[in-house]
Amino acid sequence: MGYATKSPWVIHYDASSCNGCDIEVLAALCPGFDVERFGIINTGNPKHADIFLVTGSVNERNISVVKQIYDQMVEPKVVVACGTCACSGGIFHDCYNVIGGVDQAIPVDVYAPGCAVRPEAIIDGVVQALGILDEKSKALKAAKRGA
Amino acid sequence: MGQKTIIPFGPQHPVLPEPIHLDLVVEDEVVLEAVPQIGFIHRGLERLVRTKDYNQFIYVAERICGICAFGHSMGYAETIEKLMGVEIPKRAEYLRVIWHELSRIHSHILWLGLAADAFGHEALFMHCWRLRERVLDLFEKTTGGRVIFSVVKVGGVNRDIDRGTLDEFVRVLEGIKDEYNQICNAFLKDPSVYNRTAGVGVIPTEDALGLSMVGPFARASNVNYDVRMLGNGAYGDLSDFKLITSENCDCYARMEVRAAEVVQSIEIIEELAAKIPDGDIAVPVKGAPADGAEACNSLEQPRGECYYFAKGNGTKNLERMRMRTPTSQNLAGMAVALKGCDIADVNMIVLTIDPCISCTER
Repeated sequence: MGYATKSPWVIHYDASSCNGCDIEVLAALCPGFDVERFGIINTGNPKHADIFLVTGSVNERNISVVKQIYDQMVEPKVVVACGTCACSGGIFHDCYNVIGGVDQAIPVDVYAPGCAVRPEAIIDGVVQALGILDEKSKALKAAKRGA
Repeated sequence: MGQKTIIPFGPQHPVLPEPIHLDLVVEDEVVLEAVPQIGFIHRGLERLVRTKDYNQFIYVAERICGICAFGHSMGYAETIEKLMGVEIPKRAEYLRVIWHELSRIHSHILWLGLAADAFGHEALFMHCWRLRERVLDLFEKTTGGRVIFSVVKVGGVNRDIDRGTLDEFVRVLEGIKDEYNQICNAFLKDPSVYNRTAGVGVIPTEDALGLSMVGPFARASNVNYDVRMLGNGAYGDLSDFKLITSENCDCYARMEVRAAEVVQSIEIIEELAAKIPDGDIAVPVKGAPADGAEACNSLEQPRGECYYFAKGNGTKNLERMRMRTPTSQNLAGMAVALKGCDIADVNMIVLTIDPCISCTER
């Protein structure tokens, strides 16, 4: 990927993670790692967001919230699963209340592993997500032209 | 007079890194009642002790919460050591307390940053988190992890800190102090911050005691209780431990208490780093907890007293593990503080209890 055609805004939701990944997501946005230099801004509004960063393994209670946020986001959109729990359920995979992985709830495009996920892995995931976002938006435009 | 409206707050809200849902019953701009709903992070970790070995569970205990990760692994290990009658080496006790106080520094600076974000001071938020990175670097250097450390084990600790690194701890923390004081100036002396926080979300001392609030939240309401003053482990060897309390009982007082606790933690680390004895860092632990044996333990987490209870059944798996975490104690206080406040102050008040929902719901 040569350059990003867009400065993506991200939205973050904690779907039953232990909090470790959440503070790493925030740390990635802060001066230590500073993803704002790529134009990435954290937003609270799903309608403004291009990239959805989900942490945690998703439980019975918050699966509807995860789905709702995903549905409210406007196309094209990319989901990044941050942390081992979000990828597969991780250490909590055999807990009774855990569904096990964000991909059980919504389609996931990029998996960023780590327990807790390192900010470098999040940045790498978001950069990959940018490429996918570009492809999705091209496909969307082509479909519109075709119609 | 307007009519009553219910405004939902959360679970997805920019001010909260973790989900909690509040139903705010609002008349005009005033909150009449706040009804918290929890369960968004419940995983069922206390049930996991039945399927995991007591040595394995320490890694699960650490992942109860990513901010107080070290505190939970330390509290769990101490409980199991009490359960099995293990005495750990003095050096391990010192190392645990040094790391634990370091995690208190990182947690409080993190909280100060989030509080700045809640009252709309984004530059201050960024400055706090920049400072916090330097504390995390110390963690990374000695344990290998930034937020999850896996360094405590039943019977001691996994890694030692050598003399040179301890000196570096002291040097880095001394270096942080100057910058930290500048940041504190902005929090405690800036009139715009003062006007935003003073007199907001007041909880008088009697109410704080009645609601059994714990930690800095209670100490800001002038409750003089801190588990560290009981002198468990290496805390007993401190030459002096002064409680930090405030009489203002409002959001400003909570900021004041936490800001002062960071300096106190730096002093504790400096004293213990100078005093630390030589010796082993762990003792081997064999066997299993006896059938019916029970142990309890409490520990001052960054957010307040955390209470642990464990019961053995003669096998390597525990019969029961129970934790009472500081935020679950403080949620009642939060609901009281929210009553009658302005809707614009809700996020400020919710944040000043330093909610750690992952701990609460496990």
